[in-house]
Amino acid sequence: MNTGQWLGLVTGVLFGFLLQKGRVLRFDKQIGAMLLKDMTIFKFMLSAILVGMVGILMLSNLEIITLSHKPMNVGAVLLGGALFGAGWAVMGFCPGTSLGALGEGRWHAVFAIIGMVVGAAFYAELYPFLKSTVLAWKDFGKIGLPEALGLSQWVIVPIFWVGIITLFFWFEKKKL
Amino acid sequence: MKGKTDDGGWSPYLAGALLGLLAIASVLATTQLLGKTSYLGASTTFVRAAGILERTIAADHVVSNEYYAETKVRVDWQFMLVIGIVLGAFISSTMDKSFRMEGVPPTWEERFGPSIGKRAVGAFVGGIIAMIGARLADGCPSGHGLSGMMQLSASSLVAFIMFFGVGVLVSHIVYGRRTS
Repeated sequence: MNTGQWLGLVTGVLFGFLLQKGRVLRFDKQIGAMLLKDMTIFKFMLSAILVGMVGILMLSNLEIITLSHKPMNVGAVLLGGALFGAGWAVMGFCPGTSLGALGEGRWHAVFAIIGMVVGAAFYAELYPFLKSTVLAWKDFGKIGLPEALGLSQWVIVPIFWVGIITLFFWFEKKKL
Repeated sequence: MKGKTDDGGWSPYLAGALLGLLAIASVLATTQLLGKTSYLGASTTFVRAAGILERTIAADHVVSNEYYAETKVRVDWQFMLVIGIVLGAFISSTMDKSFRMEGVPPTWEERFGPSIGKRAVGAFVGGIIAMIGARLADGCPSGHGLSGMMQLSASSLVAFIMFFGVGVLVSHIVYGRRTS
């Protein structure tokens, strides 16, 4: 294995370890969040985002790392996001957590993983068609919220922090 | 707010914050060691896995497919990251004895019964739809939800809202009969 593969493996082991310790891999946690009854995965994801965004934006400002925005292609993000949400609700796993769920013995994740590999193969076949239709509608390119909103990132970050921490207090108060 | 869950897990706030640190360490490590900043993600690996499997039966087709060509079918950093997730979850669940063999999850069983076949079909069909969506949106809850949000990507905020918004809607339709 090369350096990249080793680094990926080590990072993945730590990623999987934290996903499992946070108890976010389970079908019931994922569906519980969508049924708005158990906010565990929101607490986990939003905590990661709050911490990660500060470090990543600082490293990017210092030009140590480069940001890599995914394109704000309107049709693709809206339709793709909706399809993902619908499939996720039935499958009860997302791509990353399906593998983790398998690791903690929830072997029905195998069917989800096979489905997703088949879905990826379908997408590869659909791609030329999608490229001339959905993907061609309107693409705002690889933009960040600061450019899109005309606000400094150091205005947006505190807004996220205050908003999300408020949400956390509300989750705890409601015992979600 | 408790430090541990009832079954020995960690507070999701703590585990999540640590994942935030891992995400920062990971962008630094990939930049320094591999020369290119890479962000945590998972769904592209499913395309590569599909390409690798398809190559064994129809090599020419994979070579000529535009999407496989753009994605580059190979076992890269992210591919090994996804494999690592299986190992990490296995190590963690074995350590705290939360490893369970489960064929049908409780919430599913309450709604659809104990049939493994039904669960398999649901997971399989859901998987196909979700992955087509993830590739179209160019990311999943890892790539958009975590990495994109951390970078304040406009597309990721929209994708995140769509994932959960439609997930809430569809989950209430699918599992709602029990809850209402």
